[in-house]
Amino acid sequence: MANPVEQFKIQPLVPLEVGGVNLSFTNSALFMVVSIVLVTAFLTLSVRGRALVPGRWQSMAEIFYEFVANMIRDNVGSEGRKYFPFIFSLFMFVLFGNLLGMIPYTFTYTSHIIVTFGLAVVVFVGVTIIGFARHGVGYLRMFFPHGAPLATAVILVPIELISYCSRPFSLAIRLFANMTVGHIILKVMAGFVVALGVFGIVPMAFLAGVTILEFGIAVLQAYVFAILSCIYLHDAIHMH
Amino acid sequence: MTDESREPRPLDDLDARLRAARGQRESETRRETAGRSSTGMGLGFRIATELVAGIAVGTLIGYALDGWLGSRPWFMVVFLFLGAAAGTMNVYRAAKGLDDSVGLGEAQRRKERDRTNDS
Repeated sequence: MANPVEQFKIQPLVPLEVGGVNLSFTNSALFMVVSIVLVTAFLTLSVRGRALVPGRWQSMAEIFYEFVANMIRDNVGSEGRKYFPFIFSLFMFVLFGNLLGMIPYTFTYTSHIIVTFGLAVVVFVGVTIIGFARHGVGYLRMFFPHGAPLATAVILVPIELISYCSRPFSLAIRLFANMTVGHIILKVMAGFVVALGVFGIVPMAFLAGVTILEFGIAVLQAYVFAILSCIYLHDAIHMH
Repeated sequence: MTDESREPRPLDDLDARLRAARGQRESETRRETAGRSSTGMGLGFRIATELVAGIAVGTLIGYALDGWLGSRPWFMVVFLFLGAAAGTMNVYRAAKGLDDSVGLGEAQRRKERDRTNDS
């Protein structure tokens, strides 16, 4: 029976080593490229007609656009509009990564913590830079609540600071854990189907339910990733 | 969708009407938590990651400070506890359905204000 974690193995497709650093083109990288090509093709081809009354494909592309645009307007405000391209790319990249992983024999790149952590760090560093650029040193005021006695700063500031720094970690772990756990459950259950023979119908039925749930989680986690980026952006821009 | 009985208005002023409608909605930004709309499993995942991330980041910061100042293991011990406090604070916020912005007091006040506005 197949090892349930074997599906997460990184395999170099085009071995490449530059200055002692392994820069191989792996199966993970392949699926990132596939997802970017798919997103680009989907968005450019579907709006090619530029119809005033959208067709089927165009309205699908417009649904994605409006969804992210509404999310940014509701959570960041009108100043957030210039960050739309970034949030939209992030959302589509994570969403297609999660959904591509649901196709059998594909590789889910969002199930590797270094990928999700890389994305989360980009958000974190970007948001921090935006915050300091807009408010200067005053951005540090955010770590001390209004009206609290000054003596409590010794405890409160480090705690708020750690809570701020734990954002990329919780963002990365949440996406990675959801995708990894889901795929392992599917694999383990699929193993039972074969092993139980006729009674395999029971895990088979369970598997069908879990697969639907996994599709839901794939979409939900992309949404959570994007909306948390919006909330962090709101903090950096408005500072309350 | 479209109301058939009404006279169709020309598209010329569509842009102006759209802008007016957008302006109305734009005046207020709605704050949302990512956890509220999701399932119980989602909330559970969130609580687990917040707790682990807080402690991990606290310990990492302490470890780095120790390496820098050569005072092993004191900063690590202090920051381990501070990290645990930060993690617990984030768990409290997640469980209470407060938003994810910086500052616990602010988040609490905002939630209180939203509640009075709603009712």
